[in-house]
Amino acid sequence: MPTFLQEARLKRQVVQDLLFRNLTRLAAFAVLALLAAIIASLVVGSMPAIHAFGFGFLTSSVWDPVKDEYGALIPIVGTLVTSGIALLIAIPVSFGIAIFLTELSPNWLRRPLGIAVELLAGIPSIIYGMWGLFVFAPLFGDYVEPWINNHIGKMPFIGPFFSGPPMGIGMLTAGIILAIMVIPFIASVMRDVFDVVPAMLKESAYGLGSTTWEVMWNVVLPYTRIGVVGGIMLGLGRALGETMAVTFVIGNANQLNKSLFMPGNSIASALANEFNEAVGTLYTSSLIELGLILFFITFVVLSLARLLLLKMAQREGHGA
Amino acid sequence: MTKLNRLLSSIGLSAALLSAGAAYAGDITGAGATFPYPIYAKWAEAYKAQTDVGMNYQSIGSGGGIKQIQAKTVDFGATDAPLNESELAASGLTQFPAVMGGVVPVVNINGVDAGKLKLDGKVLADIFQGKITKWSDPRIAADNAGIALPNEDITVVHRADGSGTTFIFTTYLSQVSADWKKSIGADKAVAWPVGTGGKGNEGVASYVQRIKNSIGYVEYAYALQNKMSFTQMKNRDGQFVKPDDSSFKAAAANAKWDANKGFYEILTNEPGKDSWPITGATFILVYKTAEKADNAKEVLKFFDWAFSNGDKLASDLDYVPLPANLKKMIRDAWKVQVKDASGKALWK
Repeated sequence: MPTFLQEARLKRQVVQDLLFRNLTRLAAFAVLALLAAIIASLVVGSMPAIHAFGFGFLTSSVWDPVKDEYGALIPIVGTLVTSGIALLIAIPVSFGIAIFLTELSPNWLRRPLGIAVELLAGIPSIIYGMWGLFVFAPLFGDYVEPWINNHIGKMPFIGPFFSGPPMGIGMLTAGIILAIMVIPFIASVMRDVFDVVPAMLKESAYGLGSTTWEVMWNVVLPYTRIGVVGGIMLGLGRALGETMAVTFVIGNANQLNKSLFMPGNSIASALANEFNEAVGTLYTSSLIELGLILFFITFVVLSLARLLLLKMAQREGHGA
Repeated sequence: MTKLNRLLSSIGLSAALLSAGAAYAGDITGAGATFPYPIYAKWAEAYKAQTDVGMNYQSIGSGGGIKQIQAKTVDFGATDAPLNESELAASGLTQFPAVMGGVVPVVNINGVDAGKLKLDGKVLADIFQGKITKWSDPRIAADNAGIALPNEDITVVHRADGSGTTFIFTTYLSQVSADWKKSIGADKAVAWPVGTGGKGNEGVASYVQRIKNSIGYVEYAYALQNKMSFTQMKNRDGQFVKPDDSSFKAAAANAKWDANKGFYEILTNEPGKDSWPITGATFILVYKTAEKADNAKEVLKFFDWAFSNGDKLASDLDYVPLPANLKKMIRDAWKVQVKDASGKALWK
């Protein structure tokens, strides 16, 4: 080929590359711009409430549209508690699912089970809410809560958290429904990262006489911890922001109770319930500030997760 | 705040544009209260069949309906809680009722059949305020000789979302209990001292059916459709009445409607021995001076048609049609209140 043709082609490729790079950059920066725009509009929208209530908004448990006084304590507590319950249940169960699917399950069962877990992730949240209210809550209230009342409810220290009228709805129910919703997310991420652990590592451990548990705990988990923490954070993110399913079963009452059987409220659920009919600057603005707080909580949680990973990496570097 | 308003109204606008995509030119649009949505949709269907003019109604909630008509993205707004005179004047709106309904307390107590339990308004307020906590309370028993009421805790169920139903219910409680009025008040959402919240009428209905020894309040239609155990109420004249068409109509007939105040009337605690004490109408908002005169005229034509032909459809869906004298007052009000840009009356 003559050189001038080669040069023309080279030039064209340079232009194409430049164009391509800028397009991808634009896409990436669009996300940043969108994020900034959302934060900005949340901040602007919540200004009247911030001016009116200041930091007291975070610690006040009053939510009174008639007197136009608002505080976010109860929704914040409700959001954190239900998400906490969800993770307490979902992490061990997901870990179990992932171990079974990657190590113990017979080959013919792996695919159907894996697909079932992924299908669970695809169910719309309102279905979980309806199922929770119409199927789970009655069974839970009639059979499980009375049992918990009689057994765990009488224990010292944790007793007060697990006693109360067995209504079937409330913070505990919301936490359990959330756990069911986030399990597929955490389990499928865990399974995927467990799958990429080099067989050599595991086989060496087995060769040294380790049990399956020892292999999982001492070899697979340390090797995959970034992915595992990532999966848990994905689940937590969903639990924090989940709206419809929680609204159905949490009881939506602006009350602070020790008992997890009692109704409470979460940020997302309060927003979904009240935004439509919120009239007046301060009411709307307080709801927007709730949204801002949820945003902030999610941000803090994600940052903490990053920090945790960083610390773990440092400690490892130190030990080596 | 203006920025936010602009943002919100542009969201509303795009929503309206999206939903209007399927509509033909000449169709009218409305938005607002969820409670009357089934009947508005039914009327729209029948009206379209007769006149070929469609009506698109988005049931986004009363608050949303008010915001939309103020942003002028719809031809009419709809709200369960009427705007008062000064609110109407501030936005240049006028208001009229379209259809009525009743709010009924519903209970789930073993051995107590529908319509048997009798409650006094003050007792109802004290139950919802957490002052009466057991069904066996002597104040409940006083009106219910012959009914075995259990010595169990009462679970209160209220609406979790802001709603016109709550507005009507709390307005009534404020009228019958001074303490309720002072410490809680009346609004579409209030600071409930006790109880658990269900989302929508269906949420409250299912919580009450689910939780033993509970009490809640729902629109009459929901109580009927879910075969719930409603209560009798003692009205202002001291009579116990059951909720039904005739007791709702009695309440409406005894109200003092005033067109100049935008028919602002909450039909709670009305006099009359047959009046159901927790009745309410749902309202339509239109501009006094219509920018789009043709659309405004179509809105009036639609409701004129509904008043003349829609009573049976309303009754079928367990709504209560307006009494004839009120319909006449509304049409008379249109003649003087709704005008086009040049000041000419749109309704003759």
